[in-house]
Amino acid sequence: MNKLSLIGLLSLVIRRDFVLAMRRRADVLTTLIFFVIVVSLFPLGVGPETDMLRKMAPGVVWVAALLASMLSLGRMFSADYLDGTLEQMMLVPQSLSVLVLAKILAHWMVSGLPLVIMAPVLGLQFDMSAQALWVLIAALFLGTPILSMIGAVGAALTLGLRGGGALVSLLVLPLCIPVLIFGAGAVEAVVSGTSVGSHLSLLGALLVMALVFTPWLTALALRISVE
Amino acid sequence: MLEISNLTCSRGDHLLFSDLNFSLSVGELLQVQGANGSGKTSLLRTLCGFIMPVAGEIRWRGQNIRELGDAFYAEMIYLGHLNAIKDELNALENLHISAGLAGCKVDDKQVIAALRRMGLRGRETLPVKVLSQGQRRRVALARLLLSNASLWVLDEPLTALDVGAVELMQELIGEHLANNGMVIYTTHQPLQVVGITTRWFALS
Repeated sequence: MNKLSLIGLLSLVIRRDFVLAMRRRADVLTTLIFFVIVVSLFPLGVGPETDMLRKMAPGVVWVAALLASMLSLGRMFSADYLDGTLEQMMLVPQSLSVLVLAKILAHWMVSGLPLVIMAPVLGLQFDMSAQALWVLIAALFLGTPILSMIGAVGAALTLGLRGGGALVSLLVLPLCIPVLIFGAGAVEAVVSGTSVGSHLSLLGALLVMALVFTPWLTALALRISVE
Repeated sequence: MLEISNLTCSRGDHLLFSDLNFSLSVGELLQVQGANGSGKTSLLRTLCGFIMPVAGEIRWRGQNIRELGDAFYAEMIYLGHLNAIKDELNALENLHISAGLAGCKVDDKQVIAALRRMGLRGRETLPVKVLSQGQRRRVALARLLLSNASLWVLDEPLTALDVGAVELMQELIGEHLANNGMVIYTTHQPLQVVGITTRWFALS
């Protein structure tokens, strides 16, 4: 019997989605540019008071990352749904949850990872210290995959619905509040001199929990959407 | 091999068909007939497990397909209304990915041979978006050549195909049946496979 190994399936789907994203580079760039513009608007709007900027920096970067990740969620499954490849994915003789996990990872690599890399540059606009920037990167690195994973459940549930884009934000944004609190909290902690460990550990715990449950939930939601 | 017993299927409140019984064994070709909206596509999608039947059972080698899961999917290939090919990729990449997902190990040579057989010589590395509807359908049909699934579930395989491609399809189905395959399909066009009597049943 033909069967792809789980690792083989993971790498095949990640490679496929990565190539597809690179052929549609405009989509990837919109998310990133949206993030850059939203974060840059704050120093311009609030004015050059470094104290205030430094205080609001973590919150602004995190909220912008959250909104930017919402922007890209619609793409996660909709193209595959419309051209029938999603149906074929359901027929793959291997775990659908693992396939979904691969799609989520690929999505994070092209929409979440660029935000993590870009964040320190944007943090400089807010006069953040080097230490705070490092914590910001670490927190985003742990937090943005969670956003992609929770978002995947929402995207799968709203697949094929008219006006699904707005609905998915309404569904997903409230669920992302813990990520926002601990993510921004970690940076605030390092600025105020308290321990960052607890915030980052909680983010890590959330990441592990999302890693376990969201691919499975997304697979269930996709099966309902395809029916 | 494939047995359907007392299958009942509905979409929303609308009952499409009820108490459907038929079976398909090795080397058989089965055509599902029926007017538009009679539930042909829903029947095929139920066979694929996309739709939960209201009642009844679908068995493959004597076992319910719900219990078989992956073991059933490894032996079937489904071709729906949608081509399931990516516009951004070329025909070669598309087929590599779909064969890969199905777990078939294929190399460039086999893929190119399949595409040539489908009459797409010289189109192998063009992005699929520049191909015509019929050519895209041919790329989708080339998946059949690269798969070693024994059950083919084909939903309107002949749409957008020209006369030559329809003949080619008949040839492919004939070869597959001779190879101990099984085919269940829907179509509104006549499809004659040499040496095989098509069984058919109608949905009303």
